[in-house]
Order: sequence, then C-alpha cells, then structure tokens
Amino acid sequence: MHSLRAAKDKTARYLMLGIAIFTILFLLVIGLSLFFKALPIMREKNLWVLLTSSDWKPFKGDFGFLPFILSTFYVSLIAIFIALPFSILTSIYLNSYASKNVRRFFEPVVDLLSGIPPIIYGVWGTLTIVPLIANKIAPRFVEFSTGYTVLAGGVVLAVMIIPLLISIMLEVFRSIPKEMTDASLSMGATKWQTVKKVILRKSISGIIAATVLALSRAFGETMAVLMVCGNIAQIPHSIFDACYPLPALIANNYGEMLSMPNYESALMFSAFLLFIIVVLFNGLSRFTLNQIERRYQF
Amino acid sequence: MKMNEAITLRKPITNQSIRIENLDVYIEDQHILKDISLTIPEKNITCIIGPSGCGKSTFLKTLNRMHDESPEVKINGKVFVDDENIYGPNVNVIDTRKKMGLLAQRPCPLPMSIFDNVAYGPRIHGIKKRKAVNQTVIQYLQYVGLWDEVRDRVRTSATRLSIGQQQRLCLARGLAIEPEYILGDEATSALDPLSTKKIEELFVKLKEKYTIILVTHTLRQARRIADHIIFMYLGKIIESGPTEEFFNNPKKQLTRDYLSGSFS
Amino acid sequence: MKHLEEKIFKIIMICAAMLILGVLVYIIATVFYRGLPALTLDMITKLPGGGFYLGKEGGVLNAIVGSVYIIIGSLVISILISVPLVMYINFYLPAKSVFASLIRFSLDILFGIPSIVYGAFGFALMIFLGVRASLLGGILTVAMLIMPIMMRSFDEITRLLSRDLPDALLSLGATKYEMVKVILKQLMPGLVTAILLAIGRGIGDAATVLFTAGYTDNIPASLNQPAATLPLSIFFQLGSPVEEVQNRAYASAIILTVIILILSFSARYFSSKFSKHKI
Repeated sequence: MHSLRAAKDKTARYLMLGIAIFTILFLLVIGLSLFFKALPIMREKNLWVLLTSSDWKPFKGDFGFLPFILSTFYVSLIAIFIALPFSILTSIYLNSYASKNVRRFFEPVVDLLSGIPPIIYGVWGTLTIVPLIANKIAPRFVEFSTGYTVLAGGVVLAVMIIPLLISIMLEVFRSIPKEMTDASLSMGATKWQTVKKVILRKSISGIIAATVLALSRAFGETMAVLMVCGNIAQIPHSIFDACYPLPALIANNYGEMLSMPNYESALMFSAFLLFIIVVLFNGLSRFTLNQIERRYQF
Repeated sequence: MKMNEAITLRKPITNQSIRIENLDVYIEDQHILKDISLTIPEKNITCIIGPSGCGKSTFLKTLNRMHDESPEVKINGKVFVDDENIYGPNVNVIDTRKKMGLLAQRPCPLPMSIFDNVAYGPRIHGIKKRKAVNQTVIQYLQYVGLWDEVRDRVRTSATRLSIGQQQRLCLARGLAIEPEYILGDEATSALDPLSTKKIEELFVKLKEKYTIILVTHTLRQARRIADHIIFMYLGKIIESGPTEEFFNNPKKQLTRDYLSGSFS
Repeated sequence: MKHLEEKIFKIIMICAAMLILGVLVYIIATVFYRGLPALTLDMITKLPGGGFYLGKEGGVLNAIVGSVYIIIGSLVISILISVPLVMYINFYLPAKSVFASLIRFSLDILFGIPSIVYGAFGFALMIFLGVRASLLGGILTVAMLIMPIMMRSFDEITRLLSRDLPDALLSLGATKYEMVKVILKQLMPGLVTAILLAIGRGIGDAATVLFTAGYTDNIPASLNQPAATLPLSIFFQLGSPVEEVQNRAYASAIILTVIILILSFSARYFSSKFSKHKI
C-alpha cells in the first residue's frame, strides 16, 4: 500500500520534471530548427548580402531582405510613436486620477481590445484607415497614395499594442510603493507634480521595457498588417509608400515555398530573423521588468 | 449506519514519547531555535507559551517535519518520537506525519463535503471499504460534537460551516488518521469564545488517549487547560514545569516578568 | 501656474482614454454594420457551396467546425502539459527556486513569440514528422501558441493560493501527488479562466493555421484531412471581387468576434467568481 503511493508520487514528480526541462529547451528547439531550415540560403549567399541587398527576385535567385527588414522596423516604429503617448496618458489617468468606477469600467475595455482577433483589426483597417489615408491625409503631403501604406500599418498596429502597453504600465505604476507617492503629496505637491516627479521618474525603466515588449509584439504581427500595408517589396521612402514587413512576406509566399529552390529556406530565414529579434527584445525587457518587480518587493 | 455498534476510539500505542535532544533550527542562517532539549510528558496537555516571534510555531513544525518543504530551513539535533529519531535516515515522513494530528490557526476545510473531509485521511492511508469509512467518519464527528449539528448535511460543502464548526471539523479530520499526538498551533485564536470553549473541552477529553502539545497565545488558556507549561523566549527554553508550579512559583526572573505582563 | 498645467494634461488624458474607448466601439460597430445584414442562418449552418467565394450559396460551417475542432485538440494537448507544469513550479519546487524562475522566464519569452514564427516552426515540424497540412498540423501548431498563454495565466492564479491548504493536506500525511489532486479542485475556476483566455487567442489567429491546417470547403473527417478556420475563411472571402461575398466576410467576422466576446466575458466572470472564494 505504502509503496504504491510512493511510486505514484515519484512517477508524477519525474514526469513533471521532464515537462519542465522540455519547456526550457523548447525555445532552443524552435531556434535551432528554424536555423537549420534557413541554413541552405545562408550558405549560398553571403549573410551580409542577404541582410543589406534590396534585390528581391526569387526567380533569379536574388534574396535581398533589406526592404522587408526596414518595412518591419518602420511600421513598428510608427506604431510605437502613435501608441506610446496614448498609452502613457491613459495609464497615468487610470492610475492616479480616475475614480474606482471608471477604472473598473476601463479594465474590460482594455481586455476586449487585446482580445479582438488580428484579422478583425485588418478588416477595420481596410474599411476605415486605408480610405482615410488615401482620400484625406495623403493628398496633403504627396501626389498619390493607395492608402495601403506604412502609415496604415502603423495605425492598425498602434491600436493593437495599446492594450499591452497600458496593462504593463499600470503594473509598473502599481509597483511603486504608496509611501513614495504619499510622501510627495503630503509635502504639498499636486497630483500632477507627483506624477511627473515621482511616478514617471521611477517608472522610466519600466516604461522602456514595456515599449520594447510592445515593439517586439509589433514586429511579429502578421494578419492585420498584411491587409493594409500594400505588400510591395520596396524600401519605403515615406510613410505614404507601400511596404512589406517580414511576417507578411512569410505569410504571403508560403504557397510558393516548395516551388523554387531556396525559396523555402529564404522564408525560414525570415522566420529565424524574426525569432532572434523577438527573443532578444523579449528577453531583455522581461528581465528588466522582473528586476523592477524584485526591487520593490524585497 | 448503526449507531449502537460498539464504537470506541481505537487505542493508539500506549507508549507515547517525544524526546528532543539539542535541537537547533536555522532559517536562512538566522538561528531560530537554540539548543532545545526536553521531554514531552505522555498523555498530558503541554502548552508552549512565549512572546510572538520566539519560535513556538517553528518548534511545532519540527515535530511533524513540515520544514521539509522549505529548503532554507536547516535542522540539527535529534527528535525522538516513540524512540525513533524522525530526522534520521530511512524515516518515512508520511509515517511521521500520520502520528501527528495538526490543528492550525486558521481552520482549513478541504474543498469537499463534510463527510469527505473527515474521510480524506483514512482513505489515503488505505481504508477503502465504505462501511469502515462511514464508521470512522461518524465516530469522529460524534467525538468532536459535530455529528448532531451536521448529520443532515454531511454531504454538503464543508466551507459552509461556521468557523467554530470548521475548526472542530479539522480536529475530527486530524483524529481520523488515528495519530498519537495532537499538535495545536494557536488553534483557537481565530475563534469566538464559545467555540474556543468547545475546543478546549475537547482537548481535555482527548488527553486520555493522546499526547497534546499546544502553542497558546494567551496565558489564560494555558492556565485553564495545560498540565505542563514550556516557556520559550527568543528560541530558547527559559523554564518549564507543571502548570500550578509554573504559575505560582516561577523560578526565573524572565518568567516572572513575562507572567506579570512586563512584555508580551 | 502649476494647476493650469495639470488641468491641461488632465483634459488631454481624458481625451486619450476616450479616444481609445471610441476606437474599440468604432471597430466593433464597423464590423457589425457591414456584417449584420449578411448574417443569415445559412451562414452558420451551411457549408460553402461551389462558387461560394464568387457569390453563390452556402455558409461558413466548415470554418466554424474546423476552428472548433482545432481549438479543442490544442486545448487537450495544452492542458495535459500546462497543468502539471504549473503544479510543479508552485508546489514541488521551493518558493525561491532558480529553476522555477528559469522556467517562468522561458515561458515569458515563449509567450512573446509571434504566431507566424510558431506557424513556420509548425510547418517545419510537420515536414519532419511527415504530417500534411491538416487538422493535426493545425492542432499541433495552435497548441504551441496557446500553451504559454495558458501556463502564464494559470500560474499567476495558482501563485495567489494561500499555503494553508497544501500545509493542511501534507500534515495529514498526504504525498505531494495526493495533495496536488485536491488543490486542483480548488483551482478549477482559475484553470477555466486560463482556458478561456487561451481559446480566445487561439481561435482568432490566422498565422498559425495558414501553412499548417490547410483549407477546405468541407468538414474534416479525420486528423489527416485539411481543416478550414474562421480567420482564413474571412480572409478568403474578403479577397473576392464580389461585394456580397465581402459582406459575408464581415458576417463571418461577427461570428468570430461574438465567440471571442463571449469567451472574454466568461473569463472575467470566472476569475471574479474565483476571487470571491478567497477570504
């Protein structure tokens, strides 16, 4: 009787340990698999050429990833540029000014926004943002734009990452010990001054970490951006040009993958690039956020 | 379920003894319990008193090896339960814990029915037959005086009981594993006076068969029910002895100060 | 003067919050406005007929069922791995264990990997295992995507559990395995929340199933057959030149959004119900 119980306990323990080890190694497995799949093209072409050339002619065997890498960065940076002010302002408001009822009302709103599937954002972008840019915004700056632009991608992405930014920033603000804000207020500072001098100053690293996380989320978003960015393999010269971020490249061309030599490897290379960038950004910012949490909780 | 079947508490082994030799406990390099050596008198109620933070709970946890869960705790010394050092090699921690019935400060009913709460212990320790389980559950619920209060709803959730009832349930649950010793960690501090009285009466009834060690938060409770007192301060045993003697004729100055309320 | 600055910023802040709220309402309204007229009973009960994407009759039952099959399959895999892992980190490893932090850190990074990368990896895995674009492929890939989400959510809830219950169980002489079985009962609402969150993410994602589940106008009868999914169905309908088909795409989008909204509210309801139990 005894030994059966002990055996069950031990088996369970070993199984769990196995799963735990597997979880840690899984990251490595994904990275290595993508790497090996990408190897053929890395061997054939010089890595430097791959990353910096703009010649994308798969039929001829030219694989220059620069337009895609730059598109990814441009679209994401525009998204952050738009999303950050909104997120910070809303987070400060929710944290320091809003009444409990307003806060309770807003939490589901933020949840809902982050729960809407990307394709719906893409649909909305196509219906609303693209025509808006084509008809109202672009004519003021350039001669012609279809609306399927870097800007469109940026706007849609911005709305998608705002919930993430808000939820992390709220957590960072919450981790500031109440004693600090109380001390500031009791010295006669206004709420706003407290926000400026205490909360924001103490949260800088947290806000940066949140931004980096949101940026990495923006890098990887596929569906929504794909529908509004134009999918033209060029280096965009203005935000009113079409672009072609890496995830869109992979998604649009997976069908061609097996038809041409090296095409599959090229797409896997894109996936690998994305993987590396995202893991680095995520790793750094999560590490920073963990440190912040630890600092204020002994 | 026949009520008039001969229901007697199965008698535990008659020789119960706890003997502690040079017990030192460190928590994260802080020396919490310092060189404790004592014997717990058999089938008595022993109350451990002392100001908060003096190591009472830590001491209690060493008796049922609950510190096993915390790697930051280092234990040196020997704890002999029934002449076996429970910290020796080849000791099965489950067997040790089965000898100890623990009643914690906050009643913690398991997320199941009243019946299943009491049945949990017997079931995991091997009693599978329905008749035997039923008998055990009713027996111990009767013993703690809960049976008449809950007989109609014994299959409903235990969380709906009042806090006093929950604590009695936890006691029944602990008794159902048929321990030899009962440990109480400020077991009545969360209860109202009436429930406290009921639990104290149960302890007095229980000492016939079990050796009881209670950490008490009030001197008054110790005075009421203890046969034997151990006074701890900052991890050391300052003084111990039979209740009357301890309260009427304390030998150490520290004890006298504590009893008079100079510190708590 | 300091008050003026505060007042101005307060207005700006409220405007920002209002704008965000407005965008949410606007998005949902846009989709409903275009899609509601096209949302017929046929849409949810019929398979796409021939020429559906060019305007002929039919519905998106293939995608609804496909999505449901895939999410159920991924949930099974995900739960079987997530629950033991979370129990292990919280109850088998000591509180401040480095190993536990390492696992949580890996989970955080896995959580941030974009779905297209899981799609690409899933595709590579399928080739390695000899699996075709099929229900099975979709299930495996979506499982990889939702596992970190489920684990993280369940872990956060489990961490809040007070130690009273585990301690009480262990002092009764239970083995750790026996203790965990009882604790899981207590953690049920938390698990449900985690599951609902995972479903919400998994069912709406296109990039994971793009290369791995294939597409079909039929309902898959076995794991080896391709499966349609709602996001892809919406996408393909949108690509049609026929306006009616595009409207049906919005109707399909409503179906998807409604499913996710229901899940989202249920998750909130369950997690609040859970916190009511804790005293």
